[in-house]
Amino acid sequence: MRYWKTAIGLVLTGVMLFPVYWMINVSFTRDTDMRKSPPSWFPVNGTLEGYRAVLDQQLPYLSVSLVVGLGTVALTLLVSAPAAYSLAKLRPRGGGVLGFVLLIAQMIPGIIMAMGFYAIFLSTGVLNTIPGLIVADSTLAVPFAVLIFTAFMSGIPEELLQAARTDGAGTFRTFWSIVLPVSRNSIITVSLFAFLWAWSDFVFASTLDQGGDHQPITLGIYHYIGNNNQQWNAIMATAVIASIPATILLIIAQRYVAAGVTAGAVKD
Amino acid sequence: MAARTRSGQWAAWAFLAPVAVYLLVFYAYPLYRNVELSLRNYTVRSFVQGHAPFTGFANYIKIFGDATFGPALWHTVVFTVVSLAFQFGIGLALAVFFSRNFRLSATLRALFLVPWLLPLIVSASTWSWMLNSDSGVINVVLGAFGIDPVNWLTSPDWSLWSVTIANIWIGIPFNLVVLYSGLQGISPAIYEAAALDGAGGWQRFWKVTFPLLRPVSAITLLLGLVYTLKVFDLIWIMTKGGPSGSSTTFATWSYRLGFGNLVPSFGPGAAVGNLLIVMALIFGLIYIRVQRRQAHT
Repeated sequence: MRYWKTAIGLVLTGVMLFPVYWMINVSFTRDTDMRKSPPSWFPVNGTLEGYRAVLDQQLPYLSVSLVVGLGTVALTLLVSAPAAYSLAKLRPRGGGVLGFVLLIAQMIPGIIMAMGFYAIFLSTGVLNTIPGLIVADSTLAVPFAVLIFTAFMSGIPEELLQAARTDGAGTFRTFWSIVLPVSRNSIITVSLFAFLWAWSDFVFASTLDQGGDHQPITLGIYHYIGNNNQQWNAIMATAVIASIPATILLIIAQRYVAAGVTAGAVKD
Repeated sequence: MAARTRSGQWAAWAFLAPVAVYLLVFYAYPLYRNVELSLRNYTVRSFVQGHAPFTGFANYIKIFGDATFGPALWHTVVFTVVSLAFQFGIGLALAVFFSRNFRLSATLRALFLVPWLLPLIVSASTWSWMLNSDSGVINVVLGAFGIDPVNWLTSPDWSLWSVTIANIWIGIPFNLVVLYSGLQGISPAIYEAAALDGAGGWQRFWKVTFPLLRPVSAITLLLGLVYTLKVFDLIWIMTKGGPSGSSTTFATWSYRLGFGNLVPSFGPGAAVGNLLIVMALIFGLIYIRVQRRQAHT
């Protein structure tokens, strides 16, 4: 009886993940077989042409995405961790309002932020630059990060902070040597999501960096499709490579991912 | 509380200062610029040099009268409602299924997260190729059942359905995970009591699971609604809102006005964007209200 359910579960997962399988399959398909009917269900006469094209053409895009992703993580942590410590433990006057503003901020569509950023970036000269893109991408993560950190830091026992204070540690010292190390898990969760969102971003990249010399991988794929060269094995190979961070994230940090998804939506 | 002292307040706000400045500079200011864009008549030249004439609500009147307005509104509603209905229905069914812990259930549930984690451009381009009229695998499978090939992305009758299908696929994991965690919160004792009273599986779902899951469901749907209103990348990459506007929503319309043409019309683009913000905020505020009320009970 139990195995029945596992079997159904396997079939459902198979159906759900078929597009992912198909992406991998197409990435190995030869150009000549691409429009074959019926298509090859398995990459039997596989080719690495697509991946060779990625190595030749997409490495600059990938490294830009890496830099933008890491920069976004750094900026997000820098801004959100101290704020969350304050909201959770220091009871600032007006803290409630700020928390409310952050909830609202999460709901503003990226495409609208992009238009405002475009106007500002154009006049300040940061249009088409990596720092500009990092700033824009961080707006995807900062509200979420503050909310996650606040939820976590509220759970740190008051006695722990009191003990530090008794030993003569100031507010900053307590934050740096006690609160941050204890919050390691939430730092990992926030960093993973911030990186993934920056890595996946298309809205800001296509509006704020469309004329840049350094473009992220999402634009790399977009140009591939737009060029109409119909090299679908190369497009799909790039897509496979671009999915690697998400895969790593799922493998090494599965429980953090599920925690992150539910944290915004369900109270404990 | 010691932190309510004056020096405590100084320290508290010193830690809050970065995020407060950040919100002002990188949220409030872009939004303010966006409102300003929508109230002036910007051209490419005045966009760079400034001094665009103030025109009040002219841009708004223009977009309300635009031939695209009606269809875009209708597409936004259809896209959102159909996406939500299927994401929620399928997500709930899967959550109930996965909550019967069986061998491999945790691993398979984790695998279901993959579509949600993939970059949208990856999902969108994969679906584009799968839905290709001539060589797409979907038409091949349909052909095996004797169904004629469908022009998924190139026919005005089907483009909106194509992007909706892809969006449902992307949204299922979120619904599954949140509803699953909601199910975990229902005490097994209640099910046992229902079983003792002779309730069958189907009855248990409708009489126990469904009512008890209502708070989590409300939150899932509202949050899903706010997310779905924002969807832009997926539609733009798959169809660019076409053919002939048949899959244009407010989000893609706004982008096309501002960035998609050779001669950008920033004013009307910003105006459409602000309408979208208002829609998202209405449902966002309802969401916050519902969540607050649940936190208090």
